[in-house]
Amino acid sequence: MRIICPVKRVPDTAATKVIADDKTLDRDAGEAILNANDEWSIEEAMRIKERTDGTEVIALCMGPEQAQTTVRKALSYGLDGAIQITDPAIHGSDAAATARVLAAALRDEEFDLIIMGNQSSDARSTLVPAMLAEYLDLPALTYVRKLDLDDRTLTAQRETASGYVVVESQMPAIVSVVEAINEPRYPSFKGIMAAKSKPLETKDLAAIGLDAGEVGLDNSWTQIVEATPRPPKQAGEKVEDDGSGTVGAQALAEFLAGKKFI
Amino acid sequence: MPNILVLVEHDAGTPRKVTNQILTAARGLGADISAAVFGEGAGNAADALGGYGAAKVFVWDSPDAHGYATETQVAALEQAIAQSGASIVLAAADPFTSDVVARTAIRLKGGVVTDANDLELDGDRVLVTKDIFGGEMTSKCFAKGEGPQFITVKPNAFTAEEGGGGSPEVVSLDISLDDKAKRAKVVDVVEAESGGRPEMTEASIICAGGRGLGDEKGFELIEQLADALGAAVGASRAATDAGWYPHQHQIGQTGKTVSPQLYIGSGISGAIQHRAGMQTSQTIVAINKDAEAPIFSIADFGVVGDLYKVLPPLIEEINKRK
Ligand SMILES: Cc1cc2nc3c(=O)[nH]c(=O)nc-3n(C[C@H](O)[C@H](O)[C@H](O)COP(=O)(O)OP(=O)(O)OC[C@H]3O[C@@H](n4cnc5c(N)ncnc54)[C@H](O)[C@@H]3O)c2cc1C
Ligand SMILES: Nc1ncnc2c1ncn2[C@@H]1O[C@H](COP(=O)(O)O)[C@@H](O)[C@H]1O
Repeated sequence: MRIICPVKRVPDTAATKVIADDKTLDRDAGEAILNANDEWSIEEAMRIKERTDGTEVIALCMGPEQAQTTVRKALSYGLDGAIQITDPAIHGSDAAATARVLAAALRDEEFDLIIMGNQSSDARSTLVPAMLAEYLDLPALTYVRKLDLDDRTLTAQRETASGYVVVESQMPAIVSVVEAINEPRYPSFKGIMAAKSKPLETKDLAAIGLDAGEVGLDNSWTQIVEATPRPPKQAGEKVEDDGSGTVGAQALAEFLAGKKFI
Repeated sequence: MPNILVLVEHDAGTPRKVTNQILTAARGLGADISAAVFGEGAGNAADALGGYGAAKVFVWDSPDAHGYATETQVAALEQAIAQSGASIVLAAADPFTSDVVARTAIRLKGGVVTDANDLELDGDRVLVTKDIFGGEMTSKCFAKGEGPQFITVKPNAFTAEEGGGGSPEVVSLDISLDDKAKRAKVVDVVEAESGGRPEMTEASIICAGGRGLGDEKGFELIEQLADALGAAVGASRAATDAGWYPHQHQIGQTGKTVSPQLYIGSGISGAIQHRAGMQTSQTIVAINKDAEAPIFSIADFGVVGDLYKVLPPLIEEINKRK
């Protein structure tokens, strides 16, 4: 079996975000990391690999050249190889354009399963898994909190606001996972060393047969007009309780009543 | 006048609050409004939707809508868009609905803007105001594909107000599904015990608990506070990771993003990843025994104290004043 894990390079949540003149995020401004949600998809893929003989797990990343560190990080979890799509024309691609690139990259790849995070921490669109599924004409099981595999049949628990639904599908398919699915491992020292020599194929748009006119800022189907920092919030009143609880409770009740919450 | 189609969220034909809010927003844009409602009981929704401004309602009353993952509804939405001639599609920012919107948009080559907080008309375009980077910034953007503009709207971004139509024209959709649309089948639906509390993303008040609760039992206190206020219950990752409360209640970067009118955090320090899911709440209250906890820097009101001492008399006081 062959599993693909799409992984994204994202700015650290704590990093200050800088918006460039073209309204895209300046991806060189702060520290960048592997999208946290993609650690769960990698973990899930690795667990399948460990219990299923002959399984290969490949990372797929669309990103600038610097994303190679992210790809190596992904490889350090024990993956077998990676594909990185890098091309200047990709800059500024939205969710749909990203899905077009990932789909084109996979058109000539063999795979049974794509496992990915349900959300990237910067865009937070959650759209890429479903859009990729549409381009590849595959079923998508998103927001999965538990995944079982029986031969070619996938059984997934999809998290809902009030519980979960169980969905069944055949492979090939796309699965996007939520945090509850597993507890990701830390890369071992051996894994980190091995990652340096794992096969990493870097391809440009021509190599995946995609025209530059289908991707990037100008060919995305969404456009950002402005992006401004939210004014910092001012801390309000702070009441010190005296240890009895009633002082704090009374003051808070007054505050809530003043705001008509009670 | 723009032609807007609203994709309806409903429970057995009763439209959810978020749909009424979106219909109200569509009226605010001075649009011709139709609605698309899929699933069992869909037909019962028409009059209620008319009461919020839908002049036409496209109905697909079939168990197939929720009996399969996403793709059956994609087929229906595609039909409804074609028949309505809509150039703008508004839907709730709900995970499963977003999947339907995402796939439909790819089919029709339309752009998708998610999580709108506000909408304004700019020529034929809808300019969307939304939070980005977990509320660190706000942005204005629009969809510009050759297909319709698809926009998902956050619950509670708008206040629902009845108005407009009356009895809408009802169009029954005839959807023929190929095997492909049925390739991911729903085999079971499991509802967790909600205790009658509202869903977190739709609630106007959220009471959240964190590691400071000390154990699973601590959440009983948070639930009592929530019930006194008619609120939903949320949790920090420390609490969901420990298994004290289910993951779907997690607020933050890797959980849900919420912006209720009131957020009350008890025993939560306010780590940046938690703030990324709640800092746009209108009023923030924190109860924490550490006066230096970062949550206080964004709290409109803070109580420095032991939550086990403060919450019981607070709950009592709220119940007394009701
Ligand atoms: C990639 C990534 C993603 C993450 N995503 C999320 C996310 O989605 N959501 C999220 O919440 N976190 C997330 N985190 C974790 C986050 O960094 C924090 O670890 C977490 O939010 C801490 O939860 P907490 O505030 O409950 O616990 P702590 O930080 O341990 O805080 C507990 C607080 O309780 C107070 N306290 C203790 N006892 C009492 C008492 N008796 N009365 C009053 N106060 C008391 C303490 O003073 C302390 O401030 C993420 C982290 C990473 C790295
Ligand atoms: N540039 C990218 N390269 C590879 N995978 C990506 C990229 N962008 C998004 N993804 C995948 O799509 C998932 C959801 O991201 P998003 O739709 O942006 O919230 C992520 O967890 C990744 O698995």
